[in-house]
Amino acid sequence: MLLAGSALGLTGWGALTPVSSPSRDEVFEIPKGTWARRMAGNKVEILPDEIRLTLGVRDILVLMNQDDVPQIFGPTLMMPGQSFRLPFEQASSYQFACTAHASGQMTILVEPFPATPWARIRFRVRELFET
Amino acid sequence: MRALLFALLLLADFKAGVFDPARPAPDFALRGSDSNELKLSTYRGKVVILGFGFSSCPDVCPVTLAVLAEARKKLGAEGNDLQILYVTVDPKRDDAKRLKEYLSAFDPTFVGGTGAPEQLKAVRDSYGVFAKARDGESGFSHSSYTYLIDRAGNLRALMPFGHDSDDYVHDVRILLKQ
Repeated sequence: MLLAGSALGLTGWGALTPVSSPSRDEVFEIPKGTWARRMAGNKVEILPDEIRLTLGVRDILVLMNQDDVPQIFGPTLMMPGQSFRLPFEQASSYQFACTAHASGQMTILVEPFPATPWARIRFRVRELFET
Repeated sequence: MRALLFALLLLADFKAGVFDPARPAPDFALRGSDSNELKLSTYRGKVVILGFGFSSCPDVCPVTLAVLAEARKKLGAEGNDLQILYVTVDPKRDDAKRLKEYLSAFDPTFVGGTGAPEQLKAVRDSYGVFAKARDGESGFSHSSYTYLIDRAGNLRALMPFGHDSDDYVHDVRILLKQ
């Protein structure tokens, strides 16, 4: 009874409490020494094939090159110490040519703001499993 | 007060992706569709939008160029301080004459660039632009975004494919004011 009540309460909270985030940035960083590790034959994956963003919650892609050499990162060439900040305003699937991926492509999937109770639950469940 | 205004403009929200810090946009010397040598540095003092593509492109390039032409039109007189440069990834077919004909259909002020394959590859590499001939087809897969370069020749932002002319107008206006 207590368990069912807790589950119901949690679901209610998940459905009714508006989704928010302390930062809208989704940050990916090339750490220092990545190029050296790659040159040594190590496989270093930093960007996933697919990045999922949510409008109004986390909808700004931030790429940072902290390494000592210029690197192709996502869609572009980045200098050492440089960052690239790309905001999204439309829910859609964005394809970028990216030589860093085996497929030659990177997809950024931008989902709409979770405005309905069901969308909020889905968003929170996914966040729970992805973090 | 002027310094404050300048700082605020630097922080203004772009629709495009912004590089921080901005780096000098790599210069290049190609054959221009206007029969002159095409050097990026010639356009110092103007805002430049730099794109890469090819005149036989069936989808991305015509859309991008139409959007850019529309943006330039919307800018009115301000558009005189904007230069669109389009560098081919297909030098076999895109000579200066063909590029001129192709680009003029969108806007006669657009300037195309062509050259030897290794010259064009060097330009693409300096910007991190990807282009590859499609297997068994005459076309190319290529990066579909454009670069926004400020009046001082700094590579400031990257506009992904899919943005409309209003977004370009928005960002170009920010750069024109700086």
